[in-house]
Amino acid sequence: MAILDVQNLTVDFLLDDGGTLRAVDGTSFTIDSGEVLGLVGESGSGKSVTALSIMRLLDSQADITAGRIIFDGEDLAQKSEAEMRTIRGQRISMIFQEPMTSLNPAYTVGDQVSEVFRQHLHMGFGESKRRAIEMFERVKIPRAKDTYGKFPHEFSGGMRQRVMIAIALACGPDLLIADEPTTALDVTIQAQVLSVIQDLQHDMGLALLFISHDLEVVAQMCDKVAVMYGARLMEVGESTSLFAGPRHPYTDGLLRSIPRRGQPLTPIAGTIFDLRSPPDGCRFHPRCPYAEDRCRRETPELRALEPAGDGRLAACHFPLAGAGAKA
Amino acid sequence: MLIRYSIRRLLETIPTLFIISVIVFSLVLLIPGDRVLVMLGYSGGDIADVISKEVYAAMEIRLGVNDPIPLQYVRWLGRALQGDLGTSPLHAIPVMDIILARLPATIYLALASIILGTLIAIPLGVAAAVKQNTWVDHLANGVVLFGLVTPGFWVALMLVLLFGVYLGWLPTFGYTAPQDDFVEFLRHITLPTIVLALDFASNVIRFIRTDFIEQMREDYVRTARAKGLSERLVIWKHIFKNSMLATVTVLGFDISRLMGGSTVIESLFAYPGISFLLLQSIFNRDFATVQGVVIFIALMVVFMNYLADILYALLNPRIRYE
Repeated sequence: MAILDVQNLTVDFLLDDGGTLRAVDGTSFTIDSGEVLGLVGESGSGKSVTALSIMRLLDSQADITAGRIIFDGEDLAQKSEAEMRTIRGQRISMIFQEPMTSLNPAYTVGDQVSEVFRQHLHMGFGESKRRAIEMFERVKIPRAKDTYGKFPHEFSGGMRQRVMIAIALACGPDLLIADEPTTALDVTIQAQVLSVIQDLQHDMGLALLFISHDLEVVAQMCDKVAVMYGARLMEVGESTSLFAGPRHPYTDGLLRSIPRRGQPLTPIAGTIFDLRSPPDGCRFHPRCPYAEDRCRRETPELRALEPAGDGRLAACHFPLAGAGAKA
Repeated sequence: MLIRYSIRRLLETIPTLFIISVIVFSLVLLIPGDRVLVMLGYSGGDIADVISKEVYAAMEIRLGVNDPIPLQYVRWLGRALQGDLGTSPLHAIPVMDIILARLPATIYLALASIILGTLIAIPLGVAAAVKQNTWVDHLANGVVLFGLVTPGFWVALMLVLLFGVYLGWLPTFGYTAPQDDFVEFLRHITLPTIVLALDFASNVIRFIRTDFIEQMREDYVRTARAKGLSERLVIWKHIFKNSMLATVTVLGFDISRLMGGSTVIESLFAYPGISFLLLQSIFNRDFATVQGVVIFIALMVVFMNYLADILYALLNPRIRYE
């Protein structure tokens, strides 16, 4: 059963000059309970905006202009701010990219975790403190008891991100959104934090929307992968089969641009277009080595590919065969 | 940690205090004319008619004017440290006693202005930041502009005209001690308080609004919202404490200014605080008192800034370790 079903999500930003920019354009995907979906793409492709839309935490100049965000049977896009507050932090939580600035510097980390218990579960100070220390233990912060009264500046980035995870998972949510949770961390710390997320996701049976531009991390963490480019979804599929045989030329390009020993690095030619003036037809056509006339005219829809049954979707007129060769 | 920090900051005020003491001491040396004559209360006419050579010589010795200046400074400082700021030739009582008698009036006025100013500034500054470009923001902007562009003495005169002359509700000058008659005390303190509070509030509103808008863009605010906290908690718990870090510094500066008394406002309302005392003493060529009041005000400013620093450390957990 899908805990989250995003249908045709469209988000527009109002620009200072009066124009609009479509940051997310008709995106649809689902996440089942206990499933991990990786959302990958370059910076500015709309990954974070998608995540913030689900949380309904978009800036005031951004607006969900179309689509539905069905969470546990109810459309979040239609919820009032008061209704969203009972969902945020309790049923859907989010951790962010910047562990150094995401915590409030003026309060102890203990207070910032126990606050969630007081807000959603209406606990007193003693009970919420006990539960916060329990959470510190679950995210494997050493000396959890002493940690309670410390301030964020006394911790490293990795430890702060563990505190953020403790905050996010305190109330046992159904869905966790992790927006590049380890991008700002050193590689060794990154592995530790990822294993904390992975263990807790498994133990708690969480649905996880894992946003990253690091394909290797996504391959390791995720059951399913959705690839975004220029505000649109390009390809969606099972993680293992998608990485083994990408069907969309963009996914193929992304995988080829991962450095591998003994293989020359092949970056995708060109740069991402300006979202204010997207190209006609397929948005990837200016950079696509296989682009034909039709790609410049007709926008390909995200659709199920042959052979049917493996659940692979791609938005391409001329999808690859699956082994990297042209169909 | 905080205690060690407090002590260190206290020690750091010593150089400032030293410089202040040198400047204040030098004031007397810079006075035009003969210090001995001034101390004898002489203000014109032929010296020989008024003062005998013996009296002059006795005063010369008492003041030690012929000693080397550094020695005079050390002697003066030694006495000042014991609370002896000399004797006013005009009133023939110790300067310290005069200052202590006038101090409560200034402190009451400063406290009343700070309380009223803060009660206006914090809610208005925060509301202006949270509800940008709404009527609250425009109102706050109006208060700030009015406070900044209208000089205090003009506002004071207008208030005197309105409440004192036309309406006759409030006295326009003077002071009654609160222990003598509390209602009269309030009636006397109201107008000068409004003038000073307006000035104080316009400074603080401007600062809080700017800082609050900056804080609202911080990542930790997004985290607080992502936790499902109410907007009230996000603003008054998470943003407010961080915003107060910067604001306390401004408050400390403004408060120390108020504690020194406002010369213009105190003289306009003939309000017997230490600033008014300073002005009167200058007119009366009572230099011992001038010196005493100046050093007192300077000490007050240094002390209030010190308190603001400590408060800042209390609010900001990071500062103590730096």
